[in-house]
Amino acid sequence: MIDTMPSIDQVWEFLSEVEDPEIPVLNVVEMGIVRKAYYDDNNKLWVHITPTYSGCPAMTAIEMDVRAKLFEKGFKEFQVKTDFSEIWTTDWMTHEAQRKLKEYGIAPPKAMPTNAEELGDKVIPCPWCDSLETALESEFGSTACKALFYCHSCHQPFEHFKCI
Amino acid sequence: MTKQEALFTYLLRLADDRLILGHRLSEWCGHGPVLEEDIALANMALDNIGHATSLLTYAAEVEDKGRNEDQLAFFRDVREYTNIKLVELPKGDFGFTIARQFLFSTFAMLHYEALKDCADPQLKGMTAKALKEYRYHHRHSKQWIIRLGDGTKESHERIQKSINDLWMYTNELFFMNEVDEVLISEKIAVNLEKLRSDWQKLVEETLKEATLEIPDYKQYMQQGGRNGIHTEHLGYLLGEMQQLPRMYPEAQW
Repeated sequence: MIDTMPSIDQVWEFLSEVEDPEIPVLNVVEMGIVRKAYYDDNNKLWVHITPTYSGCPAMTAIEMDVRAKLFEKGFKEFQVKTDFSEIWTTDWMTHEAQRKLKEYGIAPPKAMPTNAEELGDKVIPCPWCDSLETALESEFGSTACKALFYCHSCHQPFEHFKCI
Repeated sequence: MTKQEALFTYLLRLADDRLILGHRLSEWCGHGPVLEEDIALANMALDNIGHATSLLTYAAEVEDKGRNEDQLAFFRDVREYTNIKLVELPKGDFGFTIARQFLFSTFAMLHYEALKDCADPQLKGMTAKALKEYRYHHRHSKQWIIRLGDGTKESHERIQKSINDLWMYTNELFFMNEVDEVLISEKIAVNLEKLRSDWQKLVEETLKEATLEIPDYKQYMQQGGRNGIHTEHLGYLLGEMQQLPRMYPEAQW
């Protein structure tokens, strides 16, 4: 055990070092995947994480990465809990995260909350050339959280992080 | 029947429908008619299996007999599976899979919308999460029903046949018994009979738009899945799905 327990602010900083395994330019805190971090009455650290999609295969990897990071920082007893009490939404992604996504070539979720009914009608700007002449190719992309688009200006396919 | 027993069975029903449907959808991986659809079907398989995993984890916790989600998935036999027969039928052609996706996801969407006030916080959270996914599944299958129904003569005939063949399996979506009664009184479950007219409306609207005929509701309707009475197909599916963990029950990965 470490002599003095790191503050919760420090814990959040440690967790910010954990990359999202599918989108390595983002960390799991920016993604909004880490929901809570606190010490319980016995001074045991609890970290709550929530999946972006029910079947997100990255969840196991994320949990392992979070555990590995906490071990690395000297924690021995802690609990990582998958928490469904709040439903993950793209609204939780920080502005910084949205900017990084775009830079990485993924069109970020549009600010307004949407439901699936609207995706086909929405105009998603191309992350490469900012053109609005884009079209939905498929609502399902390389991961559960992304849809596939095509840009008619620069003739590049690109992915869009779906709003949920 | 205690609330605990009822909740365990209810969670199993939800999980079994999704695990078996997810398995059927996963059979398309590498076999989709075009790449986008291959990916879409695999995505939907993943949504269902992932959601089933959470439901089974919670079911095991509620049961409190030391089992976990893997034991519930891999060490129950056909008679212990409580899924409806609709989801266990072989995947058929692309149209058949789409027709089943449409009939099932329309129901799942309505069911989970109705569970928005569920008194069990864990179930409420999981279903609210999955509702967003079923909206995608619904929209995807609905668009295909219209495209295939209002497409060529061949696609029209084949999607109509799939709808007709699946129709007698749809009444099981609305199955209820004592389990539901106990949970309705606890404000955890909802009366599925109340969803029937909305389901029919959504299904009929799309079939009409797709220039398809609505089959007869009064025909013989299949039953038994919820009580563990299944078609011959489920045994083969479980045989494939459970083989590895049953051969190596202590395996860790």
